[in-house]
Amino acid sequence: MQRLASLVFLSGLAFLLVTLYLEMNQSATLTNVGQMINAESVNEVGAANLVTSVVLGYRAFDTLVELSILFTAAIAAGLVLAGLEGGLPTARPAGFILRAGAELLFPLLLVVGLYIILHGHLTPGGGFQGGVILATAFFIPVLALPGTPLDHRLISIIEGLAGTAFIVIGLLAMFGGDAFMAPVFGKGVVGELLSSGSLPLLYIAVGLKVGAELAGLLVNMAAYQAETTAGADES
Amino acid sequence: MQLLVLFTVILILVSALGVFFVRDLYASLIAFSVVSLGLAVLFVLLRAPDVAMTEATVGAGLGSLLFALAIWRINGSGRED
Repeated sequence: MQRLASLVFLSGLAFLLVTLYLEMNQSATLTNVGQMINAESVNEVGAANLVTSVVLGYRAFDTLVELSILFTAAIAAGLVLAGLEGGLPTARPAGFILRAGAELLFPLLLVVGLYIILHGHLTPGGGFQGGVILATAFFIPVLALPGTPLDHRLISIIEGLAGTAFIVIGLLAMFGGDAFMAPVFGKGVVGELLSSGSLPLLYIAVGLKVGAELAGLLVNMAAYQAETTAGADES
Repeated sequence: MQLLVLFTVILILVSALGVFFVRDLYASLIAFSVVSLGLAVLFVLLRAPDVAMTEATVGAGLGSLLFALAIWRINGSGRED
């Protein structure tokens, strides 16, 4: 019975893949969009990194939805983790290598993460990647010295403000008569740090939001230990 | 170039199989992050640095960290004490 079910499932999957393959051969319009963006986006949006002009310009709405997906996932994980009993086994400080490495890595990761966020419209990378690096930067000290307090209120305030800023910048375009999330503030000189209008601001908002969200998630995963081990020691 | 891509693909495939067939969960996790890292290198070779960066940070960095914490939590609750 199980084999029959898996056979049915596999043949269905194969059918889907074959139809996809046959259909893909006929769709030349998809590649046309890519060529158009390659040709036009530097003049239209003004970002030296074409990927950013797609992520925050042509497809900014997708990015907004992506942010809300991440937000929902982080909330769900936080809810589940808050209801769980037990945590990480030890609250002891980590070994010498991890502690020394954490002190060394923290400023480095901070600089790299901020650089990647701020230069998202010029070089590869951007808010998501830099935000993840920021989150790990703030988590590594927690890993090295368990019980290091991390201000959850501050994290959620940063996250909320960043999310609001993203939407407000998107709404600003509407006051100018453009579509929602259209780039505003002018293009500037392509290739300079202060160019391509509102895209750097949007990426700063994305970076702060992603960083705060993931740092909160990681600390939720790890920082539970202090309370539970304390409780276990007493009992 | 082609040899490099071939080598990376083989590395990814071997470590992807390793994720399944290695018994120890931590070893399996390390194989998983090798898959992500190999994928990131492959993306760089194929000139997609943006995707490579995402794969390296999210896949190899944050994903492995989250899995490690999860394994630690599951294994650690009450075994050592």
